Amino acid sequence: MNFTQKEILRFSTCGSIDDGKSTLIGRLLHDSKNVYEDHLASLQETSRRRNFAEELDFSLLTDGLKAEREQGITIDVAYRYFSTPRRTFIIADTPGHEQYTRNMATGASTANLAVLLIDARNGVTIQTKRHAFIVTLLGVPHVVVAINKMDAVEYREDVYNAIRDAFSDFAQRLAIPDLRFVPMSALKGDNVVTRSTSMPWYNGESLLELLESVYIGSDRNLVDLRFPVQYVVRPHMDFRGYAGTVASGVIRTGDEVLALPSQQVSRVKALVTYDGEVPEAYPPMAVTVVLEDERDISRGDMLVHRHNLPQVERHFEAMVVWMGDQPLDPAKPYWLKHTTQTLRARIDEVRYRTDVNTLQRMPAAPLTLNEIGRVVFTATKPLFVDAYQRNRETGSFIIIDTTTNATVGAGMIIAREPAGRLPAQTASSATAADMHAHSGSITPEERARQLGQQPATIWLTGLVGAGKTAIAYALERRLFDLGATCVVLDGENVRLGLTRDLDFSAAGRAEHLRRVAEVAKLLNANGVIAICAFASPDAAQRAQIAEIVGAKRFIEVFVNAPLDWCAQRDTSGLYAKARAGQLENFPGVTAPYDPPCAPALTLPGAEITLDDAVARLVATLRTHKVLSIAVKETP
Amino acid sequence: MQRYALSHLQQLEAESIHIMREVAAEFERPVMLYSIGKDSAVMVRLAQKAFHPGKLPFPLLHVDTGYKFPEMYRFRDQFTKEIGAELIVHKHENAGHLHPFDNGCQKCANILKTQALLDALRLNAFDAAFGGARREEEKSRAKERVYSFRDQFGQWDPKNQRPELWQLYNAKLHKGESIRVFPLSNWTELDVWQYIQQESIPVVPMYFAKERTMLERKGQLLALEWPNELKSGEKPVTVWCRFRSLGCVPCTGAVRSRATTIAQIVEEMMTVRTSERATRLIDHDQDGSMEIKKREGYF
Repeated sequence: MNFTQKEILRFSTCGSIDDGKSTLIGRLLHDSKNVYEDHLASLQETSRRRNFAEELDFSLLTDGLKAEREQGITIDVAYRYFSTPRRTFIIADTPGHEQYTRNMATGASTANLAVLLIDARNGVTIQTKRHAFIVTLLGVPHVVVAINKMDAVEYREDVYNAIRDAFSDFAQRLAIPDLRFVPMSALKGDNVVTRSTSMPWYNGESLLELLESVYIGSDRNLVDLRFPVQYVVRPHMDFRGYAGTVASGVIRTGDEVLALPSQQVSRVKALVTYDGEVPEAYPPMAVTVVLEDERDISRGDMLVHRHNLPQVERHFEAMVVWMGDQPLDPAKPYWLKHTTQTLRARIDEVRYRTDVNTLQRMPAAPLTLNEIGRVVFTATKPLFVDAYQRNRETGSFIIIDTTTNATVGAGMIIAREPAGRLPAQTASSATAADMHAHSGSITPEERARQLGQQPATIWLTGLVGAGKTAIAYALERRLFDLGATCVVLDGENVRLGLTRDLDFSAAGRAEHLRRVAEVAKLLNANGVIAICAFASPDAAQRAQIAEIVGAKRFIEVFVNAPLDWCAQRDTSGLYAKARAGQLENFPGVTAPYDPPCAPALTLPGAEITLDDAVARLVATLRTHKVLSIAVKETP
Repeated sequence: MQRYALSHLQQLEAESIHIMREVAAEFERPVMLYSIGKDSAVMVRLAQKAFHPGKLPFPLLHVDTGYKFPEMYRFRDQFTKEIGAELIVHKHENAGHLHPFDNGCQKCANILKTQALLDALRLNAFDAAFGGARREEEKSRAKERVYSFRDQFGQWDPKNQRPELWQLYNAKLHKGESIRVFPLSNWTELDVWQYIQQESIPVVPMYFAKERTMLERKGQLLALEWPNELKSGEKPVTVWCRFRSLGCVPCTGAVRSRATTIAQIVEEMMTVRTSERATRLIDHDQDGSMEIKKREGYF
């Protein structure tokens, strides 16, 4: 028998004070013969002394700290170890009181599986829901609901079924990938290690059997290579290696890899370990990567495959579990530690907080200890991130207080899908599919025929003051005169109504543009031409807008004017403010402006008359067949 | 085993290496506590692996009470020389002169271990110190962090530890503060021996059973070496035994055993019914004694 070929299963246990969690762990350790005799002897003695009882108090085995034993409560996450011939187990034993959300999150962060305890006499309680929510939030892939104290309800099947159904109903809102139920009595040992004879109606496995057999092989992400460089090993001039732990994916000798953020490309020459070179490495292997070319790569950089990139983002959103004694202060910078990078970040917004007991979204307020909320961050440098749901290693970060150095929060990055779903609270895909079914019976061809035009979205991008709005309205006039049906959307008319709830933070701007894109899409769907005038300085966001509208209908027009010319024309004083450092995210001054790579048309704003601009636009629309059908030519 | 799966020892190894690299990258002056025992042996091997083909980027520190076994000193000097590690030996001025039997284990450990350790860390301005402690060893260790935060006086406050999520360790310190790092946190005693077997790591011969002439006192088998002496009425006994855990001569007991090879020790570990610290007198002085020692600055 080869004892070294076993897997580790990490699991966390959550339950409230009286659910019998400590008893369960004690029973698990004791019945699987993992308690040492001297520990047992001291347990017997303490049980007698404290409770004057002859029955063993297993909870004394797990309440480690003197302070805890004196108060009779568990304060902190405790780690326990036991093994069976099939697996070795690491238990994160987390206390379940309301004020310990932080500990539950800590225990769940590394767990493959969570055991949720329910007292059969009480059924699904608010605490149960909270535990389930936190476990799901932390992305624990397997959940076992242990319905405990079955002995106290005469081992009745109907009690078990009712609790199982109640939990299942609730869990539909949570998307737990693998959910199981076990009826159990930790006190009597039913279905903990050995199967119970008191519940013949239950044909499933005991808890330990489940823990030994649950398939965890696919819990890891083996698709997206992410190798955060941790340490540069450079013992002499002839060796330069990048040491790190494979966060996800598989890296092989000979692979072409791209280094972020520099975007330099090289090939893997060798994967070095103390025990020799290996042909491939996968998570969680710790190796040293040697590349074929000399590259300037250091800690905090990330090696990835060229055609599978993480998102490179300064700006992102995350669900945050707040762990600090002081509430989150949106005015204050914090450090974020993400993979092997630690950098400063600003909090743009707390979108909402979630009441962990009801799962209701509450109005955003500064998060306080043990609260959970959705937060928008902007970091000083880009992070290389994936959505937490897809990648636990590159989707997670901790928040550190810059004054006290305490770890005050844990963040889980939310998928940044193509703009469609950017900051919005999206419908589930099922709902989206439903809505699609209700489109009307008028075809796009019919609309095009009636209106005499093909719908399109003309997107004017450029610096503030380049003349976009003036051109937009001049174009509208001309198209109207030509008999076309069109609508202008610009920053002002949209900000006054449709997006007036949004601020000018990066997230606010992104959502603003997303809504505009959706409106343009609706207009186009109804045959109408949309003329949009928005600075929209971020090329990636414009690409997302094109995706929403549909690439075929999206006509990108670059109104290109020199910065100084724009600033001179500016009567609103915005440039002066931005240059004085009072306006953040101002394109060309306090934020970059990415010119389009391949616009349908470029209009030199400073050198062209309005009439010229409109004439060129109309010509472009003709080449794009927008106006080809039956628009009347006026001489 | 399926493809792309690591054995539990490989997983533990990878985790420990990750921790060591993190510390080497983020702290100015790390040091590795070296206590000559099996846990230190494993820790040093893991460090060699973490920085291969480079050398250890930090020195080893032995806090010497002056009461260790002669075999341990011999092993220490030879081993550290062989692997080319820098070794710092720090002794308290009273090392070897503060008789534990006269002063009690608590006080002895406080001065010769804790005080000496704190002095050594301060004198060398070390801001991170690796220790081989494992959570499984003792109750109060079960809640210890991988990065155990210590204040300016090296003290541990169980209520003021930083939450540790994922593999993200918070390395931010104010001046004067330090951390103790426990890269073997998730290892059990059995894992340690299995790893020693798998990697053929050299260990002090005292771990292997042989016939030794010992002194039996209060159920403990103690070595008949200085400063242990027979008291009136006590007789030496010759028994097959080995040391399961190595400490100072006066307070380290042996266990009866016939395990003369690592494979036999591993086998013994799989059936053993008592914890390793049962042979360390120091832990039995009073209820929660480990917790008290840690609060004062012990590992």
